Amino acid sequence: MSAQFRLFVPGDMLAVALGADELVKELERQAKVKNLSLEIIRNGSRGMCWAETLLEVQTPAGRMAYANVTAKDVKSLFKADFLNGGAHPKSLGLTRKIPWLAKQSRIIFNRCGIIDPLSLDEFAASGGFSGLLIALQMSGREIIEQIIQSGLRGRGGAGFPAGIKWKTVANADGNTKHIVCNADEGDSGTFADRLIMEGDPFRIIEGMVIAALATGAEHGMIYLRSEYPFAVKMMRNAIKIAKNANWLGADIQGFGRNFELEVFVGAGSYVCGEETALLESLEGKPGIVRSKPPLPAIEGLFGQPTVINNVITLCSVPDILARGANWHKKLGIGQSTGTMPFQLAGNLAKGGLVEVPFGISLLELIEGFGGGTGNGSQIKALQIGGPLGAYLPPDMFATKVGYEELSNIGAGIGHGGIVVYGSDVNMREQAEYAFEFCAEESCGKCTPCRIGAVRGKELMQAKTFNKSLIDELCEIMIEGSACAMGAMTPIPVQSAMRYWPQDFAKENK
Amino acid sequence: MSIHGHTDLGTPPASAKTSVCLKIDNQDISVPEGTSILRAARQAGLEIPSLCATQSLKPIGSCRLCLVEIDGVKGTPSSCTTPVQDGMKVKTQTPKLAKLRKGVMELYISDHPLDCLTCAANGDCELQDMAANVGLRDVRYEGGGENHLSASKDTSNPYFSFDPAKCIVCARCVRACDEVQGTLALTVAGRGFDAVIAAGNTDFFTSECVSCGACVAACPTATLMENTVIEHGLPDRVVKTTCAYCGVGCSFLAELKGETLVRMVPDPEGKANHGHSCVKGRFAWGYAAHPDRITKPMIRETTQQDWREVDWDTAINFAAKKLTAIKHKHGSKAIGGITSSRCTNEEVWLVQKIIRAAFGNNNVDTCARVCHSPTGYGLKQTFGESAGTQHFDSVTAADVLLVIGANPTEAHPVFGSAMKKRIREGAKLIVADPRAIELVHAPHIEADFHLALQPGTNVALINALAHVVVTENLVDTKFVKSRCDQDSFTEWKAFAADPANAPEAVAEICGLAADDIRAAARLYAAGPNSAIYYGLGVTEHSQGSTMVIGMANLAMATGNIGRMGVGVNPMRGQNNVQGSCDMGSFPHEFAGYRPVSDDTTRKQFETEWGVDLSSDPGLRIPNMLDEAVAGTFLGMYVQGEDIAQSDPNTTHVEAALSNLECLIVQDLFLNETARFAHVFLPGTSFLEKDGTFTNAERRINRVRPAITSPTGLSEWQVTQKLANAMGYKMSYDNSSQIMDEIAQLSPSMAGVSFDLLDKEGSVQWPCNEQAPSGTPIMHAQEFTHGKGMFLTTEFAATKERTNRKFPLLLTTGRLLSQYNVGQQTRRTDNMRWAVRDELEIHASDAQMRGVRDGDLVSIRSRMGETCLVAKISERVQPGVVYTTFHHPESGANIITTELSDWATSCPEYKVTAVQITPANHLSQWQDQHKQQAASRRHQPEPAE
Repeated sequence: MSAQFRLFVPGDMLAVALGADELVKELERQAKVKNLSLEIIRNGSRGMCWAETLLEVQTPAGRMAYANVTAKDVKSLFKADFLNGGAHPKSLGLTRKIPWLAKQSRIIFNRCGIIDPLSLDEFAASGGFSGLLIALQMSGREIIEQIIQSGLRGRGGAGFPAGIKWKTVANADGNTKHIVCNADEGDSGTFADRLIMEGDPFRIIEGMVIAALATGAEHGMIYLRSEYPFAVKMMRNAIKIAKNANWLGADIQGFGRNFELEVFVGAGSYVCGEETALLESLEGKPGIVRSKPPLPAIEGLFGQPTVINNVITLCSVPDILARGANWHKKLGIGQSTGTMPFQLAGNLAKGGLVEVPFGISLLELIEGFGGGTGNGSQIKALQIGGPLGAYLPPDMFATKVGYEELSNIGAGIGHGGIVVYGSDVNMREQAEYAFEFCAEESCGKCTPCRIGAVRGKELMQAKTFNKSLIDELCEIMIEGSACAMGAMTPIPVQSAMRYWPQDFAKENK
Repeated sequence: MSIHGHTDLGTPPASAKTSVCLKIDNQDISVPEGTSILRAARQAGLEIPSLCATQSLKPIGSCRLCLVEIDGVKGTPSSCTTPVQDGMKVKTQTPKLAKLRKGVMELYISDHPLDCLTCAANGDCELQDMAANVGLRDVRYEGGGENHLSASKDTSNPYFSFDPAKCIVCARCVRACDEVQGTLALTVAGRGFDAVIAAGNTDFFTSECVSCGACVAACPTATLMENTVIEHGLPDRVVKTTCAYCGVGCSFLAELKGETLVRMVPDPEGKANHGHSCVKGRFAWGYAAHPDRITKPMIRETTQQDWREVDWDTAINFAAKKLTAIKHKHGSKAIGGITSSRCTNEEVWLVQKIIRAAFGNNNVDTCARVCHSPTGYGLKQTFGESAGTQHFDSVTAADVLLVIGANPTEAHPVFGSAMKKRIREGAKLIVADPRAIELVHAPHIEADFHLALQPGTNVALINALAHVVVTENLVDTKFVKSRCDQDSFTEWKAFAADPANAPEAVAEICGLAADDIRAAARLYAAGPNSAIYYGLGVTEHSQGSTMVIGMANLAMATGNIGRMGVGVNPMRGQNNVQGSCDMGSFPHEFAGYRPVSDDTTRKQFETEWGVDLSSDPGLRIPNMLDEAVAGTFLGMYVQGEDIAQSDPNTTHVEAALSNLECLIVQDLFLNETARFAHVFLPGTSFLEKDGTFTNAERRINRVRPAITSPTGLSEWQVTQKLANAMGYKMSYDNSSQIMDEIAQLSPSMAGVSFDLLDKEGSVQWPCNEQAPSGTPIMHAQEFTHGKGMFLTTEFAATKERTNRKFPLLLTTGRLLSQYNVGQQTRRTDNMRWAVRDELEIHASDAQMRGVRDGDLVSIRSRMGETCLVAKISERVQPGVVYTTFHHPESGANIITTELSDWATSCPEYKVTAVQITPANHLSQWQDQHKQQAASRRHQPEPAE
């Protein structure tokens, strides 16, 4: 029997933190009292963090959205006949018409927040596995050619062409090759990986199987940070379901190809997001970076050729196969093709995930989507690319976002996180925080990072500001560090010093 | 560069055959593919600073001092982790690099105490060297920042201290423990600035650390430092020499300050140990200066009297007179002697010479009688040479290791580490041992098969392995056809194929599963390179020689002889047990294992020595003792052995020794045997000796005097004096002349001389015209006696069996921290690890007898009784108990039997049927021993 009404309440971590579970209980309780039968789908998040918990109701016209709903609102919602889309102060109208969503080009996140994350039927009905089915009929070389042609670059931060990486692994000698999905999303202000894992886990599986087909790998691991328990549970369930349906395991869909996939839960170290430290951690060792060469593509997990891709990179793959490399290549600007899920956070009116093609300006993102600061003050700075990304001042907000375009102004996209600061921020404190973050998260292997970060923090705290020593320290960390952790820490420090010298002029109290 | 003059090349050598050409600082350089830029540069004499790199360890690129610039490569990669590439152009010195290096050093020093002047490493500190190298003049980071300067010292280990305030977290210690020693006792705990070196969650002493000293050697600062260096300061001179403990024969650099030995550092150029060491060789040398040491000759008319210190001539004349008198009264066969596997080849040579030439008989034997005599016999019969087939480095190419009756990580620790390294690299491991030795299960080590057989069933097992090889068509027919004697093979094959030797038939006898035996045999036969390593668990049985032959058969049948990675390898117990045998310490054999009855050989010796020699084989040790009990053997010269403690059936040995009219003991200490002696000739420690030791791989190593002998004489000089006093002229000026005579009279050592050894470092015999630089692997083209000989090896159970009265089997072994009878190690801080011998017993056997862990128990055999403290252990299986024999008061040999190997009389130490019962006092023998011990010394008992 089908229920009278179909409701959608995100089961994602943010919504649950905001009381989504209590909301569901209250909805069920009051429905019972009213003798109404409800089907409440715990979908993923649509990425409108500013609107969570976003309650949606299926109506003949489409799904109607109610924003920031809590259990306390249930009574008034029933009173407003929300089950039939009734008007209510918290109503946003038809979800698909909400400008924040309508303005986006949702490809990777096309079904995130819409379907039941663990429903294979809904996944397939919305185009799931169509890329994989095409790939299953291609040779590894053909798949790789498609990925190279598409111009897809790694979304984890480095922006390395994904197809080239795959090609290296495909050509490397090894008994067992591995596909590792980097889901150690450690950048503050980022949550794209989490949203997709909680909202559309089969997409990751599809992308990983395609990578395996391309490279000849038969084993995969998802390195998932322990701070994401919902995603861990979701991915594990999804793997089980996919395996039962023969989308994983032996002889996938009768095509004679095998791929086993498992989830590995990290232990709370930022640097384990660095690919070689991640490999060490996967091997059961402390998360300490390795020296390159050898590249992980040649000698990776347990010494075998290994693809390590970020979640979003892998999630970009199915559509490239399904729609063709040229379709993907036409999205974006210059060498930055496809779409990017930007994650807006910090002092913003409307934080959340915005998926648009490369080429959008920073201003459009933080004003157009973000709606300016949350407290109404002037925007003083934004930081793009995580805690080791550059701080940029408003006069650079016109920059169109692309790998080269940002590189030209000394910044990077990173994992697509943008954190906005209002006029109340002190940039010297932010610079100090950059060193402090590095000191907190450094693996301790190399000297510039291990000791340099601590000394940098102390220099920032010192009464007098020794700019020349800080500059020198930054140079040693950039040039001397063993990995990007130490080498990128100076980026926020130096950008802060460059654009807001006035914040550094004053003596520390 | 230290006082040794070694240059650390920073990273291990690459093994590739192809070479790569590149330019470093405009210099054309060609090195093997896979070499690091750092090593390539240093080999070419270009200095790149570094702290975390050292050539014994894989590079990690953490210190960031060895950064270089490479044309066309972004950034400044670390040269230790970057391999060379063809056409690469590298710059090692640029203004940018100079600035980076100085900046890194400044960071290091910002967290390092500035106490160089009072630091133990002052002058031998890589951090100090690097600060000087990069020209660090100023640390601009203000004091008061975060630091580790107040971290507290760990002085729990008796031999070295750990001062974390001085640590630069290069992790060389951790990596040395992992990669070189393989114990994995150390780790880097915490991360970032909080990263510190830790010995697990405890201090060094109580941790899993085995005190091998690898971490101390690897430390570039004063963080891990020998206590002797902290006490005495840095050494100023170095003597290259060889350790005198086990048969590995590690090369050491004795570092001295004047006449004071400051530390023993394993020699990176040592071919047996490659810079590694164990707790004994590295640290347990303090016995040489122990107050118990006797440095003046002593005599007494009867053993009831007190010892009387005399000068050398008095003692020598006293001894000579006594021996000559016995000879005249009872005939020349009434006297004899024992050479020592602890002494140099040259010392041993003179002892066997004095017996044959001056005593006038062949009554010479050596302690190999009680350990590896079956090895000599068995390998001679099959391969034609009484020695192991391989060099230690052969293990680096072994795919399957079959370890039988040996416990390398305790008894041969440095080679045990080499084995572990190979196993970590993926070699398969089969352990055949009644007890779960460490190799069965250790960090990153897991035996593929542990065949926990019943003591005394080795031969049944080896026959079953052979059966599988023969009946499952696993024989290497090509090898057998071309290399082995066909008739003997055919006979052996038929024997092995006999269903009586099938795994299913012997499974119950051995206490093993037939399937495991089959699988192990297949694994061994599959190789492709399978190597057998064995110890006294093979030889010290009534069928010891049979078992040695059985292993040789198996190796030949599967073609595992004559190349890297294979062979039959005895783990020799003592530093010079191979050498003492080579020197002709046997009653039936001259040097080179040639019969005394062989006229040609004897003639050669007679000509050289200018004396007629007896063609009759002399007495073996057990025969000497038997005849002493019977009153027909009356005078004995025992050099460097303690037969009263080490030989089986102590009651019998003591009765024999008490009967002697003249017992001459030459030793460092008043040992157990000296209780029965009339003459005590003070010996020299290895630190004072000048000569050679031959290790288990036939490697002749130089032993050089580091300090002056406190006795005033070398041991060979004492023997020479005794010979002269007895009327046989010896006139060597130095031990080099003795080696020349050895070379002249030993065909397989014809090319050996001190000059050659000084030039080559060491050589492995055969070393002669055919092999001027020695022979690492024997029988490569053909066996020493032509074709390999197969011999059938019928299993005959030992007479020593369990019954209702003695239901358990006792077997024995060694501990890492102690050495054999313990005369040396018991006089060092090694005592902190092993104060007593304990009886390992399985919980079920203990429970049945009401024995709890730590209880005193009586161990009774049909020979006698002794008491030990019980230790409940899962290492032994039910029905088997185990102990060590390092302490005389344990009286382990009170209970061992008179049974011995049928061919060589090697005692059956490894199987004794016993009963265990709770005890509340020591045994009668132990009480007596205690009383005697208190009364017999002319010096007070040391505080142990």
